[in-house]
Amino acid sequence: MKLKFAAVALGALLAAGPVLAELVFPDLSYRTGPYAANGIPFSDGYQDYFTLVNERDGGIGGVKARVLECETGYNTEKGVECYEATKGEGALIYQPLSTGITYQVIPKASADGIPVHSMGYGRTSAKNGRVFEWVFNYPANYWDGASIAVNHLLDQNAGDLSGKTIALVYHNSAYGKEPIRTLEELAKKHGFTLSLLPVDHPGQEQKSQWLQIRQQRPDYVLMWGWGVMNQVAIQEAANIRFPMENFIGIWWSGSENDVRPVGARANGYKALNMHAVGADFPVFADMQKYVMDAGKAAGAGDQMGTVLYNRGMYAAMLAVEAAKTAQQIHGTPDITAAMMRDGMETLVIDAAKMGSLGLAGFGPEFAVSCENHGGNGFGTVTQWDAAAGIWTQITDYVQSDQQVIGMLVAEDSAAYAAENGITGRCD
Amino acid sequence: MPDQVLFAIEVTLNGLMAGVLYALVALGFVLIFKASGIFNYAQGVMALFAALTLVGIMDGQVPFAHLINVVFGTNVHHFGWTVPALLAIALTMVVMVGFAWAVNRLVLRHLVNQVPIILFMATIGLAYFLEGLGDMMWGADIKKLDVGLPQGINGWIDSTTFDAFGYGFFIDNLDIVATLIAAILVTGLVLFSQYTKQGRALRAVADDHQAALSVGISLSFIWVLVWSIAGFVALVAGIMWGAKSGVQFSLSLIALKALPVLMLGGFTSIPGAIVGGLIIGMGEKLFEFLVGAPYLGGATEIWFAYVLALVFLVFRPQGLFGEKIIERV
Repeated sequence: MKLKFAAVALGALLAAGPVLAELVFPDLSYRTGPYAANGIPFSDGYQDYFTLVNERDGGIGGVKARVLECETGYNTEKGVECYEATKGEGALIYQPLSTGITYQVIPKASADGIPVHSMGYGRTSAKNGRVFEWVFNYPANYWDGASIAVNHLLDQNAGDLSGKTIALVYHNSAYGKEPIRTLEELAKKHGFTLSLLPVDHPGQEQKSQWLQIRQQRPDYVLMWGWGVMNQVAIQEAANIRFPMENFIGIWWSGSENDVRPVGARANGYKALNMHAVGADFPVFADMQKYVMDAGKAAGAGDQMGTVLYNRGMYAAMLAVEAAKTAQQIHGTPDITAAMMRDGMETLVIDAAKMGSLGLAGFGPEFAVSCENHGGNGFGTVTQWDAAAGIWTQITDYVQSDQQVIGMLVAEDSAAYAAENGITGRCD
Repeated sequence: MPDQVLFAIEVTLNGLMAGVLYALVALGFVLIFKASGIFNYAQGVMALFAALTLVGIMDGQVPFAHLINVVFGTNVHHFGWTVPALLAIALTMVVMVGFAWAVNRLVLRHLVNQVPIILFMATIGLAYFLEGLGDMMWGADIKKLDVGLPQGINGWIDSTTFDAFGYGFFIDNLDIVATLIAAILVTGLVLFSQYTKQGRALRAVADDHQAALSVGISLSFIWVLVWSIAGFVALVAGIMWGAKSGVQFSLSLIALKALPVLMLGGFTSIPGAIVGGLIIGMGEKLFEFLVGAPYLGGATEIWFAYVLALVFLVFRPQGLFGEKIIERV
């Protein structure tokens, strides 16, 4: 009997085969709920890029990537549950895709030694690597976004905004309030008047705000919105005949979802972005061949080239490149979360690397360092062409006002360091 | 006239128009509560589901396409045709009547004589089920709804008021249409309940369903009827709100705008829903204009609507037009 049991056990062991190493990338996605329309393309792009790397390249440094998808419904509590449920699987990096979840995950991930990458969202002052060892927000953050928008308006006004009025229509939440301090500083510097118009969640009714805009007649309107607030704001702007080319949204207010419901009247609306739009890059041919045609797409396979799909893919690409860097630094393909952090902190994205990935010009060049976890603050302005149904990049990657942003980052991160007894690093 | 006075008049008019849109949502709640004593938590999701179904039918979308493709390995998404708006609205109503029948058959008839909180809980379950069903049937992407309703500033009002006051008032064409539709809807509902056999039966059930049963009125029929009418009202609300923002899952949150209207107008009065909507709409917009934006930093509308409703509740708990609840021991 004992011999029989031993034989069965040995057989089971042999059948199981050797345990293969994997690089684990959690995907805190939201495919359900009010924000699903935005969560789905991002998650599809994120997962499809890892599938592409596995299928085309055999993984990262020969080790397959495994994506652990966890549904957050864009709910902070569920996001934290997802973090707790997946961190034990060997998670290398978290990209929470929610400012609320990011704020909750930062102290946990810092204690657990897992890096967080909040690309274009989350806590802006995490750019300061001296204080935020485990948090990264390259290539650009909200404050960069505010400054890039103002720089664009300076370009349009021969470098002079004095006497102009800029209204900020913002989601009345921590996210929506992020650019206010930056815009106040920039208003002082450039002499424009800033008018603030908060919109309560979810933002389905904005008649008051747009009547105020109609009565005050600002020269430009900036928007920090999300979800239904974006579509309603663009609709209301069209209703009052506000010139769309003078209306600029942050990158979370600039997807196809935000403009399509408004139809032709959304033509000319502008939005910032931190990466390119469209599918005119060699990487998409590989994506079609190895992922879509092979039936391995994460979703319906119909999102390739959309703004949020591209953003998810870009986020995954940056994670893959950081993992490769970590493998080179530590001389092993089986990296840990701590090694991944080292890879992120020494990540260099230059034109040569982007070109080799089939992504030439897809994103700005930047280099991460111990002191600078946020990149160089480059972004671009895109404009919606309603007739063609596409976003068009209308500027190069332009840099934010590093003097103003640097001062604000230093101020905010110093306050965080003092509150949390952080002495600083990198010296 | 001074600018501030003109602006205040414009804000008041827009507030009244917004109130009509709130009232459209509130009407669905009132109909079901009046006939069955159920506070239908699913009313907002019904508006979402109706709008999703309407757009899906109009666009010739294959329902449950993702599920079909996964199970059968196919790649179907569209039938390849589009359906005219009026026919699509009629077909959507067929779906909403089917939904009303299913709710009665599968849920309500098993819960007859249960306390109101149980029925309320059942509608919470119904709301989440319907949201999931809508997602599976039609997908989660944001859909443009175009049934031919005019949108944007009304040029005639703009130019006329400009000629008269030197300032052109902004009134959205969609809001004007919504006002007309709400007027037709309320008139239709009043005529239906006053002058048709089914309407009288509905009122009898609302007054005393035990007594109505004793004279041979079918409770099941009345519930299917009233949920169907609520489904129609939800469809109208879904069209109006969906035209503003596209049809998307946050459409279900419009129920939040109806709650203060119900608190103020009462849960059992159709005119109450309209008057409540007008007071809430005008009150919140005027408060934002006169106090919120200049002194409180703005974004006061949501909480002020509830404060306004609370004030009314304190003095008239049954709402402005609600029936006074008297329980004799």
